[in-house]
Amino acid sequence: MTRSARWIVFWLGAGGVGALIVLALLKMPSFGGLVHPYRELSVPAAIGRSAPNIVSSVNFDQRALDTLGEETILLGSVVGAAALLRPSKDEREQLDQDEGRVLEATKLLGYLMLPVTLIVGLDVVTHGHLTPGGGFQGGVVLATAVHLLYVAGSYRMLRRVRPKTWYQVAEAVAGGAFVILGLVGLLLTGAFLANIFPRGVLGDLFSSGTVFYLNVAVGAEVTSGVVVLLSGFLAQALSVREVR
Amino acid sequence: MSLLPYFVAGWLLLIGCFGVVRSRDLIHTVVCVAIAQSGTYVLLLSTGFQYGASAPVQGAPGPVVDPVVQALTLTDIVVSATVTALLLALVIQIAKRTDTVDPDKLDELRG
Repeated sequence: MTRSARWIVFWLGAGGVGALIVLALLKMPSFGGLVHPYRELSVPAAIGRSAPNIVSSVNFDQRALDTLGEETILLGSVVGAAALLRPSKDEREQLDQDEGRVLEATKLLGYLMLPVTLIVGLDVVTHGHLTPGGGFQGGVVLATAVHLLYVAGSYRMLRRVRPKTWYQVAEAVAGGAFVILGLVGLLLTGAFLANIFPRGVLGDLFSSGTVFYLNVAVGAEVTSGVVVLLSGFLAQALSVREVR
Repeated sequence: MSLLPYFVAGWLLLIGCFGVVRSRDLIHTVVCVAIAQSGTYVLLLSTGFQYGASAPVQGAPGPVVDPVVQALTLTDIVVSATVTALLLALVIQIAKRTDTVDPDKLDELRG
């Protein structure tokens, strides 16, 4: 398709979609209004199950099945990207001898922040049902902590401390753990991903039933997923070389 | 105007698509897809917003904003991030095989 034909198709399509959007939005309730039927239902449900972070309760309890779907998308795209980023037949992994130099200030800050970031990540994952955060957010923080080794240290050091196969296994195990927790709920109560564990006292670390455990499983999966993804991209940029 | 945030969402979707059509570089295309998707974040969050309400965590003062749309937005962001990663991996392969990232130069079929 030539560029001008593509523009004609775009403007026709965008005009139609734009008109429909405007028509639909004009009937929306006014922004910032008082009517929120979903809120009226989900907030008491979350508090009743001892999960003060209502977003986590929605994600990991009230509509945990959707989160399983989301997690499957994550797993699928990590597998896809890892397959696409494999070194091909005429490529080999070679590490450069000269890795450049890192500013002393960057090194200091990186090594100082590494343990802090790890602890913050663990805190965000394990308190996902109590305070803002959860498995997805904490997982990204934990993966960032691992990669501070690359920012402050070197690619070699990152590769030594980050055995890729461990993370691949952890990714699969964590994804499986989510499904197994769901199946246990199905066996015990007849509902997939039912909240089977004791709810505990509102505000305690081990409260809110399965929300805590699903958060930890998702945290492990997101951490390993991001590490596997970034290892693929970093290898493409830094070590995969074509050999002829 | 009380409908403005909704229109911002619609505008983000359309400007993202505009960017995809205009794109001369696949990395730029991937970013435009992410922008088009970010329109859905704005739409979801502005649907659940209430003036004067606080974050949906118990113990916050006063009424809270709608937590369901916030959970949907979280799902949306995760999906967007993973799709972006997958698309970027595809771009790397395309760049290696064809030595170009200009979508206009990728129009012939290859066996």
